[in-house]
Amino acid sequence: MRLRGYGDGPLHLLSHVAALALAAYAFTRIFAGGQPWNVVLWFVGAVILHDLVAFPLYTGLNRLALGRGRRVRPVNHVRVPALLSACSFIVFFPLILGLGDGRYERATTLSQDVYLGRWLLLCGALFAASALVYAVRARRR
Amino acid sequence: MLGAVLLAGVPVVAVTGLLSYVAYEPSLGGNNLIGDPGLLDFYVISWPTSPGWLYTLTQGLHVTGGIALVPIVLVKLWSAMPKLFEWPPLRSPAHLLERVSLALLVSSTLFQFATGILNAQLYYPWRFSFLAAHFYGAWVFLAAFVLHAALKLPTMRRSLRERRLLDELRRGLAETTPETGESGLIPAAPSAPTISRRGVLGLTGGASLGLLVLTAGQSVGGPLRELALLAPHGRDLGSGPNDFQVNKTAASLGITSAQTGDAWRLRVSGGSRPLELSRAQLLTLPQHTYELTIACVEGWSTTQSWSGVRLRDLAALIGVEAFDELYVESVQRGGSFRRASLSARQANDRRSLLALRVNGADLSPDHGYPARIVVPALPGVHCTKWVNRLEFKGSQA
Repeated sequence: MRLRGYGDGPLHLLSHVAALALAAYAFTRIFAGGQPWNVVLWFVGAVILHDLVAFPLYTGLNRLALGRGRRVRPVNHVRVPALLSACSFIVFFPLILGLGDGRYERATTLSQDVYLGRWLLLCGALFAASALVYAVRARRR
Repeated sequence: MLGAVLLAGVPVVAVTGLLSYVAYEPSLGGNNLIGDPGLLDFYVISWPTSPGWLYTLTQGLHVTGGIALVPIVLVKLWSAMPKLFEWPPLRSPAHLLERVSLALLVSSTLFQFATGILNAQLYYPWRFSFLAAHFYGAWVFLAAFVLHAALKLPTMRRSLRERRLLDELRRGLAETTPETGESGLIPAAPSAPTISRRGVLGLTGGASLGLLVLTAGQSVGGPLRELALLAPHGRDLGSGPNDFQVNKTAASLGITSAQTGDAWRLRVSGGSRPLELSRAQLLTLPQHTYELTIACVEGWSTTQSWSGVRLRDLAALIGVEAFDELYVESVQRGGSFRRASLSARQANDRRSLLALRVNGADLSPDHGYPARIVVPALPGVHCTKWVNRLEFKGSQA
C-alpha cells in the first residue's frame, strides 16, 4: 500500500522517521559533549572527502591506468598492489606520516620514524611481487 | 556479497564496541567520561573478570575487526556511488527521507571508522571529546545501518540467489558479462569489463586479510606481534622483565621520583582501621603471582606475570568485609584516568592485584612503580598506575 503524495508505504515512512529521530537524539548527545560545529564539520567533511575528493581521484587514476585501446590485462597488475598499498596507508597514515605532535613517542617510548620506511618497503614488495607475476605470465604466453 | 559480509561484520564491531563501554563500569564513581547519563548509555550487565582474556577478545575484535572491514566498506561505497548522482535528485518525500538516511549512513560510517582508527594511533586532529563522539556516533550509525539493512535485505537475498558465489568464482574475465535489470546501480551503457567479479571480490578480501595480518599481532601477541608491521603496538621492546608495551609513560604524565620514591605511601581507607603503608610494608604482606593481560581500548594487549597483594586482602587488613566499589587514585595530577572505580566483583577476584613486581623484578616507573592495579579482563586504562589511594566504598565492617 502506498501513501498518497508520499511515494511509498506507511512502513517506509515510519521506519525512516524512527531511525532519523534516534540519530537526531544521538547527535544532541554528541553536541552536549562540546564543540558541536567541529562535530558537524567532521560528519559533513568525511562525506565530502570521500565522495567528492577520494572517489574522483581513484576513478581518475584508474582511467589513466587503463589508457586507451591497450590490452586490458596489465592494468590489474597495477591495480592490485596500488589498492593494497592505498588501504594500508588509509588505515595507518598517522603513524606513517609521523602525525600527532610526538604524542605517540611520548606515550609509548617508541619512535614513530620506523613506520614510513616499513610502509615504503611494503609497497615496494607488493609492486615487485606483482611485476614478477606479470613477467612470468607474459613469458608463458 | 559485500553487503552480506558487512551484515555479519558490522554487528560484531558494533556490539564489541558497546561491550567496551560496559567494561568501563560507567555507573561507578568517576568512571563515566561521556557526560550526563542519557537514554542510550544504558547497560544491563556488570563486567566479569573471567575469562581473563575477555576484554582482549572483545576489544581485539572491535579494533582489528574494524580495521579489517575498511576495504570492504570502501569497495561497498564505490559500488553504490551511482546513487549519489541519481537523476532526478528528488522524486518524492519518500525519496528525500531515503537520501537523508543514506547520507547519514555514509557519513556516520566514515566518522566512526575515522575517529576509531585515529584514536588507536593517538592522533587527535579534532576538538570534540572522542569518547562521547565515538559512543553516540555509534548510535547515529546503528540507526542508519539497521534501517538500511532492513530495507535492502530482500535486494541482497535476491542478488545472492541470482548470482551464486560458487558460479561467480568460476567465471574469469572472458565470461564476465554486465549486470542487467532496473536497479539504479546498473550502468545503462557499461564499458568492456577490465576485471572479473571474482577479481574484485578477491582483491577486496585480500586487502581485508592483509590489514588483519598487519594488525592482529598487537592483540594476539607472541611471535605474531612482529607481523603487525604497521600497528602502533606491534613491536618487541626487548627481553628484560619490564620490556613490554607502555601506554603513557611516567615522564609524559609528569610523574616525578619525589612522588614515587621513599616518601610514597599507600592510603587504604573505608574500613574501621584505615592504614598508610610504605612499599616495604606492602612487600611483607602475602604476595601472589598471576599471569594477567593488560588489554587496551586501542586494541592491543600484553600478558605478563604480575606479583603483589590481593585487593581483597587489603580490604580485610583494614577491617572491610563487604563493599560496593573500590575507588583507586594515582599520584598523577591531571588526566581523565588518574582515578578509576572497580566493582566489588572485579576487586574481589582472587587474581585482582595491587601489583608491586612484574616478571620477578620491581615495576619500572613506566609500568607504574611503586604499585599498580592489575585486574583480569579490566580495560587497560583502568589498571591504574602509580596508585597511592584505595578507598573501599559502601563497606560493612
